[in-house]
Amino acid sequence: MTAVLTGLDIAHRIGQKFPGAVIAAAPEAAVIDAQRLIETCTYLRDDRELQFGFLSSLTAVDRLTYFEVVYHLESIRLNRITVIKAQTHDRADPAVPSVVPVWPGALLQEREAYDLMGIRFEGHPDLRRIFLWEGFAGYPLRKDFLNLPGGLMPGLERFPGEPGKELSGRG
Amino acid sequence: MTMKTEPFVVNVGPQHPSTHGVFRLRLTLDGEKIIDADMVMGYLHRSMEKLAEERTYTQNIPFTDRTDYVAAMTGNLAYVMAVEKLMEIQVPERALWLRTMMSELQRFASHSMAVGIFANDCGAWQTPVMHMFRDREKILDLFEMACGARLTLNYMRIGGVSKDIPPEFLPQLRRLTKDLPKRLAEYEDLLLDNEIIVARSRGVGVLTAAEAISHSVSGPMLRASGVAWDIRKADPYAAFDKVDFDIAVGTNGDAYDRFAVRIAEMQQSIRILEQAADMIPSGPVHARIGTATVQPWGQAVAPLALRPPAGEAYARIESPRGELGFYIVSDGGPAPFRFHIRSPSFINLTPLRLMTVGVTVADAIVILGSVDIVVGEVDR
Repeated sequence: MTAVLTGLDIAHRIGQKFPGAVIAAAPEAAVIDAQRLIETCTYLRDDRELQFGFLSSLTAVDRLTYFEVVYHLESIRLNRITVIKAQTHDRADPAVPSVVPVWPGALLQEREAYDLMGIRFEGHPDLRRIFLWEGFAGYPLRKDFLNLPGGLMPGLERFPGEPGKELSGRG
Repeated sequence: MTMKTEPFVVNVGPQHPSTHGVFRLRLTLDGEKIIDADMVMGYLHRSMEKLAEERTYTQNIPFTDRTDYVAAMTGNLAYVMAVEKLMEIQVPERALWLRTMMSELQRFASHSMAVGIFANDCGAWQTPVMHMFRDREKILDLFEMACGARLTLNYMRIGGVSKDIPPEFLPQLRRLTKDLPKRLAEYEDLLLDNEIIVARSRGVGVLTAAEAISHSVSGPMLRASGVAWDIRKADPYAAFDKVDFDIAVGTNGDAYDRFAVRIAEMQQSIRILEQAADMIPSGPVHARIGTATVQPWGQAVAPLALRPPAGEAYARIESPRGELGFYIVSDGGPAPFRFHIRSPSFINLTPLRLMTVGVTVADAIVILGSVDIVVGEVDR
C-alpha cells in the first residue's frame, strides 16, 4: 500500500531544512514559497529519506483570487506520495519557477498549464502553447474566461429543478 | 569526413496512419538522421476539463469514456474512484470485483490493439491487427452483455457499477479465458521471435530506468525500462490485492521490450480474469449514498444530485497506458470546481524528443508506435 506523506508531515520536514519556505500547511498539501520552490523540490528529490524522484502530476487551479500550481509527487523506491503547492497572487501575470530542471517530466505538463491557465513558468526551456494555437486570446481554464454578462461565471450553482436563482452559474 | 545536408523538415501527420490519430510530428532531418523533433498536438482538444466544470459529477462519467476511447473502462474507473475518495464512499465487494474484471478485460483488449498496431508500424501491414481484433471482438461482446455498449461504455458509477452482469456472462468469460492462452501462444510464436520485428525494434528508442522515472513515464513503458512499478501492486485498488499476478518487466527499455511487456501483461490479465471469475462474491453492486433511489426491481442506482464536501482528491490507477489520475477540486457545489486528468498518453510523450533525435524517420515511427498513445487522451 502506498504511504501518504500528509501536507503537515512534509511541511514539517521542509520547515526543518529551509526555515520559512513553507507558507501554509494542511492535511492535503503543503504550500511552498514560490521563490524557494526549486531548492525545496531538489531537496525532496534528492533526500535519502524522501526520494520523490517521480513527478506524477502537475496542474494549476484558479482559486478566484489567486492561482495555485499543484505538484503530486511519488517516490517509486519508497512507495510514498505527497502533494505540494505553489501560489501566485498576480492575476495579470502569474508566474512560478519551472521545475523542469528538477523533474524533466514537467516539460509538457507545464506547457499545458501555461496554455490553458496562463501561468508563466520561469526558466522553462520551451514555453509555448500546446493544445491551442499561438495567438489564441485568453486562457480558457481561468474562471473569468468569457464571463457572462452580470459577472456570472461558468459552473453550476444548483441542480435543475432545485429552488434558487433563475440563471445558473457562480455569481 | 562528415557531410552535412541542408536541414529538411518533414511533417508526419496530422493525417497519417502511424500517428494513431490526429497528431503531428515535425521532424527536422539532416540527410536521413533526425536532428530535431517537435510534437504538434491539440487537433482533438475538446476542452473536457472546462466542460466538466459545468456538469454534475454524474454527468461527467461519459466524458471519461471519450478521453481514452480504446480503454473506456479504466477511464471511468479512475474518475469514479476520485469522486468516491472525495465523498468517502465504501464500494460493495461485488462491485470491486466487477471493476477488477472489467479493467483486466479492457487491458487485454487495449493491449491487443497496441500490439497489433505496433506490428503494423514495423511493416506487417494490417494482418496482425486483424488477428488481434478477433480476440478484442470477443471482449467487446462481453462488454455489450454487461452494459449494452461496445466502445464508450459508461459502466462505472460513483459508488459501484451501473448494473450487475447477466447470468450468462461468467460462463462466457470462462470459455474466453480457456481460449485466449492458445491464441496468445500463437501470437507469441508469430510475433515475439519474428525476425522483422526484432530487426526493426531491438535497440530502438532506448530509455534507461533513470530517464524514464525523471521524465514521469509510466505503465508498460516504465516497466520495459526495468522498473517493476505497477499501481495494481504498489497501491492496490478494486480487488487487485486479492488476486495473484506478476509484474511484467523488461530489461533494455527499447521498443521491443515495450512490445514484449504488453504481451506478457496480456497473459497476466488472463490469470487475473480466471481468478476473478472464481472468486467474485454475490451481493449488491452499488453503494447506497445519501438520496440513492432504489429501482422497482430492487437495484440501487447512483443519485443524480451529488454534492461532495469541499476539498480535493487525487485518485490514480494503472490504465493500459500507465498511471491514469484524476485530480478533482470541489467547492461543495453540484459540479467540480476543477477537474484535471493526468493522462498517461500525454505524459509518456515527454521523452519522445530524447528518443527520436539521432535515429532515422523509419525508427521514429516504430518509437511512436511503442509509446502507444491514444490521441483522445493526449489532447483531452
